[in-house]
Amino acid sequence: MVKKTKDGLYIKPIEKGTTIDHLPVGTALHVLNIIGKTDSAITVAIGVPSRKLGKKDLVFVENKTLSNEQIAQIALIAPGATLNIIEKNEVILKSRLEMPKKVVGLITCINPKCITNMESVETIFYIENNALARCHYCEKIMSKDDYTARLRL
Amino acid sequence: MARKKRPKKGLGGQLSFSDIVSISDFSRNDIEIILSEAKKLEKMPLQAKKQLLFGKTVATLFFEPSTRTKLSFETAAQNLGAGVIGFADANVSSAKKGESLSDTIRVVSDYADIIVMRHYIEGAARLASEVSKKPIINAGDGSNQHPTQTLLDLYTVEKAFGKIDGLTIGLFGDLRYGRTVHSLAQALALFNDVGLVLISPETLALPDYVKKQIEGRIKYIEAQELSEFIKELDVLYVTRIQKERFADPVEYEKVKGKYGLNKKSLEKAKENLKVMHPLPRVDELSTDIDQTKHALYFEQAKNGVIVREALLNLLKDVKKW
Ligand SMILES: [Zn+2]
Repeated sequence: MVKKTKDGLYIKPIEKGTTIDHLPVGTALHVLNIIGKTDSAITVAIGVPSRKLGKKDLVFVENKTLSNEQIAQIALIAPGATLNIIEKNEVILKSRLEMPKKVVGLITCINPKCITNMESVETIFYIENNALARCHYCEKIMSKDDYTARLRL
Repeated sequence: MARKKRPKKGLGGQLSFSDIVSISDFSRNDIEIILSEAKKLEKMPLQAKKQLLFGKTVATLFFEPSTRTKLSFETAAQNLGAGVIGFADANVSSAKKGESLSDTIRVVSDYADIIVMRHYIEGAARLASEVSKKPIINAGDGSNQHPTQTLLDLYTVEKAFGKIDGLTIGLFGDLRYGRTVHSLAQALALFNDVGLVLISPETLALPDYVKKQIEGRIKYIEAQELSEFIKELDVLYVTRIQKERFADPVEYEKVKGKYGLNKKSLEKAKENLKVMHPLPRVDELSTDIDQTKHALYFEQAKNGVIVREALLNLLKDVKKW
């Protein structure tokens, strides 16, 4: 996993852990939020050149795999990103994160009068066209910016 | 959009759900089943109707007061011979003591065969439908949904015209905040060739998210002047514009005049134009229309009972799990 550009090396490859590549610029900070406090070393690059995206963010996490919930949250805010699991300098698993159709428990509802903000009930959202999220309960619609700010961490 | 549908049970494969929560759940077929049930019950003698829910109990849980809606449901239940239990105000209910909605509903669903509920919290009815063993009928959840209002509106139109397809329907007044018109627009989009004329001040136009829901399924135009379109309309659905929506009281006064309806505003209307209003009205609908053949709103209010009877009768034997 050498991240080399014309100008040289942006991030030192990791021997073991997780890398998240092809993140849209600006989403690395949200990914850090999702990963949260950890003893693992994390390296981040923001706005580095990318053949695919023009510019992109990168997050490398050493010696750690992410939970399914964390991966689902990253898929929600950065669909199209690539997640690699690294062992002994080799990519042993590579997956392209896809926007989920339904998200359970990952974000909170923007509507203060929504039952999910009043009573302990798992949130459910349906992701519709243009990445809008509709609350299963109160039916209010959130934009991507709205729910990116409302990740349940 | 993918929505969780419960398996069809106890409904003879009729309605595609066992709870009346939101117009978004409805197909045209569901609406037609309910309207034809209402038609059937309207012709039935009261003595025969009294047998339909004999021995059953309907609970009316009004966490938020609404005298009209509650009376309408209770009348419907009694007309079908059901017993009625319930409360009219969250202050006297266990909600006041901090009991969760889920717990209240679980307990009541052991006593009652059908639960009618109104709540100020949005999504409350959906949650209730997921914890209740018995069918839930949403009688309003905050500013979200009030599906029985929409159903009675549709029933009223169909009764007056013998159809809904092909009609030109004007929605007039506050189209931004009124959940009644949002649900009605959504429901009308399930019919064929309905034309919508959306007449409101620019600041109170139908919100984009509602337009997105109906886009491509119904043709609509937006306007600010009723007079341009009055000749075209079969139905004019009037809603109230509330003063609180305006920061500037002068602006409100201007709008109030323009979006109030009286006999004179109907001079150029089709002879069989029908005026509807969810009631109660204030001054947006002049009483000088009451005696004209255009007034359909008292009939509309009366239809609330019959449509609610239809829902109770369709849901009475549902076993959810
Ligand atoms: Zn919600």
